[in-house]
Amino acid sequence: MTAETGIGARVRRKEDVRFITGRGRYTDDINRPGQLHAVFARSPHAHARIRSLDTSNAETSPGVVAVLTGADLATDGIGPLPCGWMIHSRDGSPMKQPPHPALSVGTVRYVGEPYAVVIGETRAAAQAGADLLDPDFEELPANVDTASAQSTAPIHEGIPNNLCYDWTLGDEAATDAALASAVHVIELDIVNNRLIPNAIEPRAALGDYDAGTDMLTLYTTSQNPHLARLVLSAFVGLAPEHKLRVVSPDVGGGFGSKIFIYSEETVCGWASKRLRRPVKWTADRSEAFLNDAHGRDHVSKARLALDANGKFLGLKVSTIANLGAYMSTFSSSIPTYLYGTLLAGQYTTPAIFVEVRSVFTNTTPVDAYRGAGRPEATFLLERIVETAARELGMDPAELRRKNMVPKDAFPYATPVALVYDTGDYQACLDKALALSDYAGFPARRAAAKARGKLRGIGLSCYIEACGLAPSRLAGQLGAGVGLYESAEIRVNPTGNVTVFTGTHSHGQGHETTFAQVVSSRLGIGLDQIEVVHGDTSQGQFGMGTYGSRSLAVGGSAIMKASDKIVAKGRKIAAYLLEARPEDIDFEDGVFRVRGTNQAKTFGEIAFAAYVPHNYPLEELEPGLQETAFYDPQNFTYPAGAYVCEVEVDPETGVTRIVKFTAVDDFGQVINPMIVEGQVHGGIAQGIGQAMLEACRYDRESGQLLTGSMMDYAMPRADDLVNFDLDVVRTDCTHNPLGAKGCGEAGAIGSPPAVINAITDAIGVRTLDMPATPLKVWTALQAGSAAVKGS
Amino acid sequence: MYNFTYHRAGSVDAAASRLAESGDAKLLAGGMTLLPTMKQRLAQPSELIDLNEIAGLNGITVSGGTVTIGAMTRHADVAASAEVKQAIPALAKLAGLIGDPAVRNRGTIGGSIANNDPAADYPAAVVGLGATVVTNKREIAGDGFFTGMFETALDEGEIVTAVRFPVPQKAAYFKFPNPASRYAVVGVMVAKTSGGIRVAVTGAAPCVFRQSDMESALSGNFSAAALSGITQDADGLNEDIHASAEYRASLVVVGAKRAVAEIA
Repeated sequence: MTAETGIGARVRRKEDVRFITGRGRYTDDINRPGQLHAVFARSPHAHARIRSLDTSNAETSPGVVAVLTGADLATDGIGPLPCGWMIHSRDGSPMKQPPHPALSVGTVRYVGEPYAVVIGETRAAAQAGADLLDPDFEELPANVDTASAQSTAPIHEGIPNNLCYDWTLGDEAATDAALASAVHVIELDIVNNRLIPNAIEPRAALGDYDAGTDMLTLYTTSQNPHLARLVLSAFVGLAPEHKLRVVSPDVGGGFGSKIFIYSEETVCGWASKRLRRPVKWTADRSEAFLNDAHGRDHVSKARLALDANGKFLGLKVSTIANLGAYMSTFSSSIPTYLYGTLLAGQYTTPAIFVEVRSVFTNTTPVDAYRGAGRPEATFLLERIVETAARELGMDPAELRRKNMVPKDAFPYATPVALVYDTGDYQACLDKALALSDYAGFPARRAAAKARGKLRGIGLSCYIEACGLAPSRLAGQLGAGVGLYESAEIRVNPTGNVTVFTGTHSHGQGHETTFAQVVSSRLGIGLDQIEVVHGDTSQGQFGMGTYGSRSLAVGGSAIMKASDKIVAKGRKIAAYLLEARPEDIDFEDGVFRVRGTNQAKTFGEIAFAAYVPHNYPLEELEPGLQETAFYDPQNFTYPAGAYVCEVEVDPETGVTRIVKFTAVDDFGQVINPMIVEGQVHGGIAQGIGQAMLEACRYDRESGQLLTGSMMDYAMPRADDLVNFDLDVVRTDCTHNPLGAKGCGEAGAIGSPPAVINAITDAIGVRTLDMPATPLKVWTALQAGSAAVKGS
Repeated sequence: MYNFTYHRAGSVDAAASRLAESGDAKLLAGGMTLLPTMKQRLAQPSELIDLNEIAGLNGITVSGGTVTIGAMTRHADVAASAEVKQAIPALAKLAGLIGDPAVRNRGTIGGSIANNDPAADYPAAVVGLGATVVTNKREIAGDGFFTGMFETALDEGEIVTAVRFPVPQKAAYFKFPNPASRYAVVGVMVAKTSGGIRVAVTGAAPCVFRQSDMESALSGNFSAAALSGITQDADGLNEDIHASAEYRASLVVVGAKRAVAEIA
């Protein structure tokens, strides 16, 4: 039975029936009697002092119940939104964290920042009231630019140069020595473009306070409801933890943007308590563009030192990272520990040094977005490696192969704080080169040229550290929380089971993947297994879903809880079969006395567990229910090799991806179909970053120029190509599933492959993402002008 | 969205008189521009006069060398019409390139040309094919219909009822879509008609225009090679984050060449 439903089976997703028949239940689908609606007043300016705010006309507008401001929040003791990861500068000083009130007081620092909320009987009434708010803004100079942020006027009092921290990692002296002694030094300026997440379901929140029980229920689109409850109770002061229930029902995508604690859910919860009525808010798409935490936005300089044979000797990187106007929940950790630590990539570079200056600008806060730091590291490294190969006249595949960590070198300690447990990078590269017919590329290029097209090929060999995260290490690096995961398995008396996980599924298919794990472990069918997540009143504490952690960490917790169930079941079986527990074997859902035909099925044991009429109660408790917390010993290290092939129309600059090959090593795979879906989505997002998506602010006014789908280009199916996928398998050595995680790989590995291919096609050294037709055409014009002029 | 009154018109005359009575009323055809604008609270009409239930405004007829498309005909219907594909394949293709399936199933030709978005596709067809716009009051030559950005020759209260396209000998449409919105960054309709060569360009400038240098060059020699010496002046062309004026100018020439090559 379990071969068809267990680990490794291509099972159709259990949850899809409700999603594709319109029976999913999202936050906006939930309505409570007497519910009010919140509309947020948002700053029209990138930077302004609020001289005064007259709320009187709004308050008397028909249907308006309340107008609340940051002053009211302060009065009620609702604290600012915290950043949960402490980073120290190179001089040992702690990062400079400005207060981030849920509703700004006195000054607004980015377009879209909420400074008041109007709550009405209907959304229209609240909106009409909000129109009557009368703020008097005094505009202040604004800066949206990452590179120049340190030399513009301070955005926050007491934070000179807009510098949050100046962080370093690695051995600078050794790296400088490597650069000084190298035969070749390749230098590259690299921009990682700012992105807007755009999950298909906009964020939403519904606060529902019950004055009778003093219980606040907050329905919200969170990737980590338990963490939201912890932060909102312990740091923001919304309600004591035992009086706060956070429910994240079906959630339509997150990509990181729904990890964080935002103003709106804080305000809806608080306002519900204050007004003693449910208060609801659902973002419209424009609000999502303005207010969901953005991603990426790095400006870097990199230098790679090589010896005469192309061996990497050292890498020195200097990065400025844009934090936006305030620090979002985990923003400090993204350009540091999730970025600098990845700069070894798949290579044995002996000396690496990275410095990161994170700066404040008058833009939306920036935080984790699919890949979070690792795409930035991979893009930088794989661009400079490709550039080195071209400038040294070497085959880019061979230069990479020459420098890869060999298969027999694991565990491998990098000079930037990680220990890779396992991998086979050469095998991934070999497979990708074969699958993409790398050898046949010159002929395809020639054929394209005959058709008037410029064909290019680009590689990317990525590594990521995911399965966040070993709590001990995270704590040493400044994390304010542990990053273990929990699971509880309740075996019901009739033998079916309910599995509670602290992770959260918002597209990942956990209801299927986790059920497959349990099916394999307990020998029961998928239809006997219910996976429950997303409600702090139902499951035990957990850390949520991000960083490709759910299977490697959450799945391992489920394995651990399953093992406890089997152990207890063995004891019950031993008692019933009059044998010793150590003589009971458990296989395919049957407990059997070894070497006999004496056996009890899983269902019989479950029933017996709850009917303990004759139990030796001093030795055996009734019931069959176990909880496990799993804390990983290390990160997991998915890796792979991607090959992108493009054709450029030189007359228009239009670039088509004509071939895309991805070979990934995710360790043990539970459901290959779901994994392929994750890889497809990740690659699509990576191609989006590489070719289409650009968050643009006007440099003078600080207005968001790409505030809608009319100007922000998301990838569509016809922008893509059928992907050729394959896998290499080296199992993670330190978790019971051997699983590494697959959620971010595609978005991490693909952007450099695309840009390497396009720069190869058009013969330029660099091209900033996104490589739009305009940019490609302009680069070609500059090239042909140079040719004409010479 | 602000409050407004909804009124369903039973006839073109009724819609026209209602429009005349009501100061801030707007006509609702497909609503593909008007409704998003209202949702974003950028427009505040006092009343919407819905044209969707008026009989006789919807449909395609081909006769006597003319394709007549009712003002309320959806883009998807034009794109899928066997008669249009037969008579003016470039027109069916153009309609099939507008927006996305949802827009094509709702948006109408009358709504599109009355709105005259500078990046809309249909103006290139109306001008490039030398069409005639029929209203409740008169007939307006396509060449004179589009007068400026979001401006047309329509009077107050005048309602488009149909567009008549003379069937050309040959026509082709080149479109370079905006990667985000899929509106035309540049659209070029090239047609060989009984009245001569027409080259109409949309998307590039504030309003659709005829490229007369190209028309002259093609009149003598209808081939892509005839356009090799022609350049489009970038001066006055649109400029935005997706395309510079120079890029648009280049795309106009590339687009015209490709359209000609398709049918030469």
